Amino acid sequence: MEIKILGTGCPNCLTLEKRVRKVVAQNEIQADVTKVDDIVDIMSYDIMSTPGLVIDEKVVSKGRIPSEDEIKEFLTN
Amino acid sequence: MFDWLQYIADWFVYDILGLSIKSHLAAALNFFIYDSVKILLLLFFIIFLMGIINSYFPIDRVRNYLSRKKLYGLEYLTASLFGVVTPFCSCSSVPLFIGFVRGGIPLGVTFSFLVTSPLVNEVAIGLFLGLFGIKVTLIYVVSGILLGTVSGVIMQKLNLNYLLTDWTKEILNQSQREVGSFVDKQSFSSRLPSIWQDAINIIKGVLPYVIIGIAIGGLMHGYIPEGFFEEYIGKDNPFAVPIAVILAVPMYSNASGILPIVQVLVAKGIPIGTAIAFMMAVVGLSFPEAMLLKKVMTVKLIGIFFGVVSLCIIISGYIFNWIL
Repeated sequence: MEIKILGTGCPNCLTLEKRVRKVVAQNEIQADVTKVDDIVDIMSYDIMSTPGLVIDEKVVSKGRIPSEDEIKEFLTN
Repeated sequence: MFDWLQYIADWFVYDILGLSIKSHLAAALNFFIYDSVKILLLLFFIIFLMGIINSYFPIDRVRNYLSRKKLYGLEYLTASLFGVVTPFCSCSSVPLFIGFVRGGIPLGVTFSFLVTSPLVNEVAIGLFLGLFGIKVTLIYVVSGILLGTVSGVIMQKLNLNYLLTDWTKEILNQSQREVGSFVDKQSFSSRLPSIWQDAINIIKGVLPYVIIGIAIGGLMHGYIPEGFFEEYIGKDNPFAVPIAVILAVPMYSNASGILPIVQVLVAKGIPIGTAIAFMMAVVGLSFPEAMLLKKVMTVKLIGIFFGVVSLCIIISGYIFNWIL
């Protein structure tokens, strides 16, 4: 599974990245977590507010920090 | 509404700590306790309320509305109004700008949104309400909306598309009306806890600045004599407004700390119009935002954008001083 966190480096994006890594580790999910900082790359996902969460090239949330439970749901479905 | 809080502050300072009512220290401490609790309560309330309102106007819906509807000139005002209910984060300004432009929204309308969104934000409204009361807050909000509207119209009339960066122009050429297939759908009851959590996070973020600002304000309140500034920066000094605005632009990161200090300066004789103009420039224009916008606009365009908005703020400052 490929997880991408879209964000230019604001506190919210960092919080989301930390939270995603925590959920991945806790549930022993096989996934690559990468942070996308380049704005040109971010815009290719057509989001208007950061942070964005992308799982296997699909945007699952944007402009907010989902809770750990919600992230787990995204990752297990 | 906050009488109970004054009782608590009085009781704590005069009874528990046993300070004399006449001492400067007691006055400053009393002011500090009363003000910080009141402001934090109002701030939390406003942030939470705006969070709820915002959940009904997600940014994608705003864009689709603005790009689809024919509004016959009212699109600037509409964009400005949407700017009020959308929480602003400077790191989202570039994605937002690109998203609007890609959706076929004219540059001027995008600017209207971009001006009002940081200028009339939930933290500023909460602080204004706590520090200056409802009348000044309404003036700030209404003039902020008009300012965003007018700045957008001016930017559109100047026809500045050629000053966008090449990357943005490319996106502009491929602009399409139907974009954004993904909509982040959540039921209201599932959103409420996250709105609550967001409000707590915002409060946590601004808390140190607000407390330090109120503490400095409290000290100044106790020690600076009434009407101290009237001699120097009175209403009749024509340079006061522009100087205040120019000083304010680099101060963004501490906006929540600066507002409590400005409130004391107003109490000590600085005209309210000059103060509002100063605070609009503190809250609405910031260097970090300008740096981020370099990705989508040339430096010249950023300069013109900040110039137009500053000019509008200066003019409003004169108008406030004249009518208030």
